[in-house]
Amino acid sequence: MYQYDQYDHLIVRERIAQYRDQVARRLSGELTEAEFLPLRLQNGLYMQRHAYMLRIAVPYGLLASKQMRMFAHIARKYDRGYGHFTTRQNIQFNWVELEQTPDILTDLASVEMHAIQTSGNCIRNTTSDPYAGVAADEIIDPRPYAEVLRQWSTFHPEFIALPRKFKVAINGAEEDRAAIAVHDIGLTVVRNEAGEIGFKFMAGGGMGRTPIIGSVIRDFLPWQHLLTYTEAVMRVYNQYGRRDNKYKARIKILLKAIGVEEFSRQVEEEWADLKDGPETLTVEEMQRVIDYFQPPAYKALANVDVVAQQEGNKAFANWIKRNVKPHKRAGYAAVVLSLKKTGVPPGDATAEQMDFMADLADRYSFGELRVTHEQNIVLADVEQARLFELWLEAKAHGLATPNIGLLTDMICCPGGDFCSLANAKSLPIAAAIAERFDNIDYQHDIGEIELNISGCINACGHHHVGSIGVLGVDKDGSEWYQVSIGGAQGNHAAIGKIIGPSFSALQMPEVIDRLLQVYLRERFEDEGFAATVQRIGVAPFKEFVYATPITDTGRLIGEDEYV
Amino acid sequence: MSDAVKNLIIKGREVVEDDWQVLHLAEPVEGAPKKDPATIHVPEGKFIVPLAVWLVQRELLLARRAAGEIAVWIGSDERPDAIKDELDQFPLIAVDFPKFTDGRGYSIAYNIRTRLGYKGELRAVGDVLRDQLFSMQRVGFDAYATRPDRNIHDALKGLTVFSETYQASVDQKLPLFRRHARNVGVNVNHTGGDAGYGI
Repeated sequence: MYQYDQYDHLIVRERIAQYRDQVARRLSGELTEAEFLPLRLQNGLYMQRHAYMLRIAVPYGLLASKQMRMFAHIARKYDRGYGHFTTRQNIQFNWVELEQTPDILTDLASVEMHAIQTSGNCIRNTTSDPYAGVAADEIIDPRPYAEVLRQWSTFHPEFIALPRKFKVAINGAEEDRAAIAVHDIGLTVVRNEAGEIGFKFMAGGGMGRTPIIGSVIRDFLPWQHLLTYTEAVMRVYNQYGRRDNKYKARIKILLKAIGVEEFSRQVEEEWADLKDGPETLTVEEMQRVIDYFQPPAYKALANVDVVAQQEGNKAFANWIKRNVKPHKRAGYAAVVLSLKKTGVPPGDATAEQMDFMADLADRYSFGELRVTHEQNIVLADVEQARLFELWLEAKAHGLATPNIGLLTDMICCPGGDFCSLANAKSLPIAAAIAERFDNIDYQHDIGEIELNISGCINACGHHHVGSIGVLGVDKDGSEWYQVSIGGAQGNHAAIGKIIGPSFSALQMPEVIDRLLQVYLRERFEDEGFAATVQRIGVAPFKEFVYATPITDTGRLIGEDEYV
Repeated sequence: MSDAVKNLIIKGREVVEDDWQVLHLAEPVEGAPKKDPATIHVPEGKFIVPLAVWLVQRELLLARRAAGEIAVWIGSDERPDAIKDELDQFPLIAVDFPKFTDGRGYSIAYNIRTRLGYKGELRAVGDVLRDQLFSMQRVGFDAYATRPDRNIHDALKGLTVFSETYQASVDQKLPLFRRHARNVGVNVNHTGGDAGYGI
C-alpha cells in the first residue's frame, strides 16, 4: 500500500499545527462557532447530539494492521472503547472531546493517517472497490489513481469552499463495487481498443433528497489527463453550482439544470486551458505510485475445496458461501469479517475486535485490511488452506456471521441516536429487523439482498440504492419510516421507488417480511430482488404490504391512511 | 486627494496602510435596498467600485481611473470577462467574498491570473479571515483586506501555514511531483504489520 514520503509527512504535520491552533483560537473565543464550523468540518469534526464525532480518512478503504491498531488505541484512550466504520470506507468515533482532537491527529500521523477533508464542502475521501488488486474480475487496479487523486485534492486551494460536499468513487473491475453511479464523480478505469488505460468519466450522480444516477461526460479520458480534467469539472461546479439552497447545491442539480451536453461543453472549455499543462500526469509519477500497489509475496498454491475437507460442517460452509470471495491468484481468497452481528449496530467494532482484526491481518493477510462501503472489513489475501483456522478464530470474536450480501448485512447510518441531522432513529430499526430475521437458513433462502437504512434524507445509509430502502422521516415531531424498493448499486444501478405511506418503527419488521413474501412468491430462480421489482412493478408489493393492518399485539399501530 | 481613510491591509506578506474604500450598492445586511449602478454617486477619493458601476459609468470614471483613483471589485456571482481587455489599466482588481464559505472567488482569481493574464494587484475583500489566506495566496491574490474586527497581525500567520503543497496553482506552477524526486530513501516493499508502531 501507499507509504508517506517526507512531503506527505510534512503536509500532515503542518496541518496538525494549523488545526491545533484553530482549536486553541476557538477555545479562547477568538473564533466564533460559525467561523470554526467549516474549519473543523474540513477536519472531520462534527458536533453531534451528545458529543463531538471525529471521522478519520481511510483512503479508498485500505488499512495497514498498525493503522487498525491505532483505531483501537483511539477508541480506548479518547472514546468509549469502540468505533464505527462508515459507508465512505472511513471510521468515526462518536464520543471525543474537542480539546483532545489535535492529540488524536498527532497519534494518527504516526501511522500515516489524518482526518483531512472527511467532511465539509470540499473533495472528500475517494472511495473504491474493497477487492481492488485481488478481485478475479479486475481489469486495472484503481488504487494508484485514487491515491493520485487523494494527493491532488488534499488542500486544493481553489476547491475548499464548494457549494456542497464532493465525493469521488473509482472502480477498475467488470462489476462495479464502488457504487460509482451515485457519486459526484464516478470513474471506471478502462482500456480502449489500442489497449491504453483511461477512464470512463461520470458526473452528477448522488443520493440525498434528489437521487440521480450519474451521466457519462466522457467515454474515454486517457489517464494522463485525470487531474486536469477533474480540475475543469471542479472549476465549473465551483463557479456555477447553486449556493442558495443546500439541498440543490450538489453537482447533480447543476447537471440536471443545464443538461449534460451544456455541462460537458463548459468542462471542455475550462479544460482547453489546462490540458497538457503541468498537472498532466507523467509516466514516472504514475509508476512511482503504482509501485506501492504491487502484489504481496504470494506462494504458488493450488485451489483447495475447503468445504469438502470439513464435510458436514454446515456453519463453515455457510460462511464460505457468503463471506469468502474469489481471488485472482490460485489458492487464495478474500475474506469478509462481518460487522453485522445481530445485536450490534452495523459497522461498529470494539477496540478489542480492532486489535484482533489487526492480528488476523498480520497472521493471515500480509498485514493489510480493507473497509467496505457496506461497513464490513476484508482480509484480501488469505490462503485457502487456512480458511478453516481463520473461521474458528473470527467466530470466537463475533466476526464470522455468515451474512455477507444477505438481509442482515444491512447498511445503516448512526441515525437519531447520534446524528443531529437525523429525523429518526435508524439503529433500532436495524436491530428489530435483524432480530426478526436472525435465522440464517431463511436468510440464505432469500439470497442476496440489500437492506439500506438512512435516518434522514442525506442518505448516509444509501437507502435509494437498497433492494429495500428505509428512510426515517419526521411527521409532526414523531418518527416514521418510508419504504422504497427496487434500488440497486453496481452495474445496474437504480433508484428505488417509494411504495406508499410510511410506517411506525414497530411495523417495520412486518413490512420487510411482507415484501420478502411477495419476492419469494414472484421471483424466477436466481432473480434478484431489484430485478423482480423491475419485472413485475411496485404494485404487487404495495398491495400485499398494505392489504391488512399491521398490528402490535392486537393494537392498531402506524398510519391511519390504509386502515 | 481628500482626507483619505487609512485602513490596514496585508500586501504581499506585510501589513501596510491603505487608502482605498470599497463602494457597495447595498448596505451589507440581508434585504437592504440596492442602489442603481447607473445613478449611484462615486464620491471623491480612491474607490473600489462594483463591476456593474464601472460598466455603466465607465465614461464618467475613465479620467479618475487614469489618475489611479478608481478600481473595480468583482462579486462572487460575476465574471471579469467584460473588462478582460482593460484589466491592467486598473490600479487594482478586487474580488469579493460575501461569506467565507462562498468559494467562488478562488476560481475567479485563478482565472483572472491564468486565463486573463492579469499581473497587477489582486485584492481579496469582504469576509476575509486568517484561515482563508493561504489558499487565497495560492490562487493569485497578493493583497488581503481582512475583516476589521480581527487582528490583522495575527492574520498574517495564515499566509505561512504550509511549506509544501501537492498541486499546482498560480503561486506554484508545478505540482509537487514535477518539483521533487519523491520517495527518496523510502522502502516501498510490503512491510506487513508493524505492531504498536506510534502508539
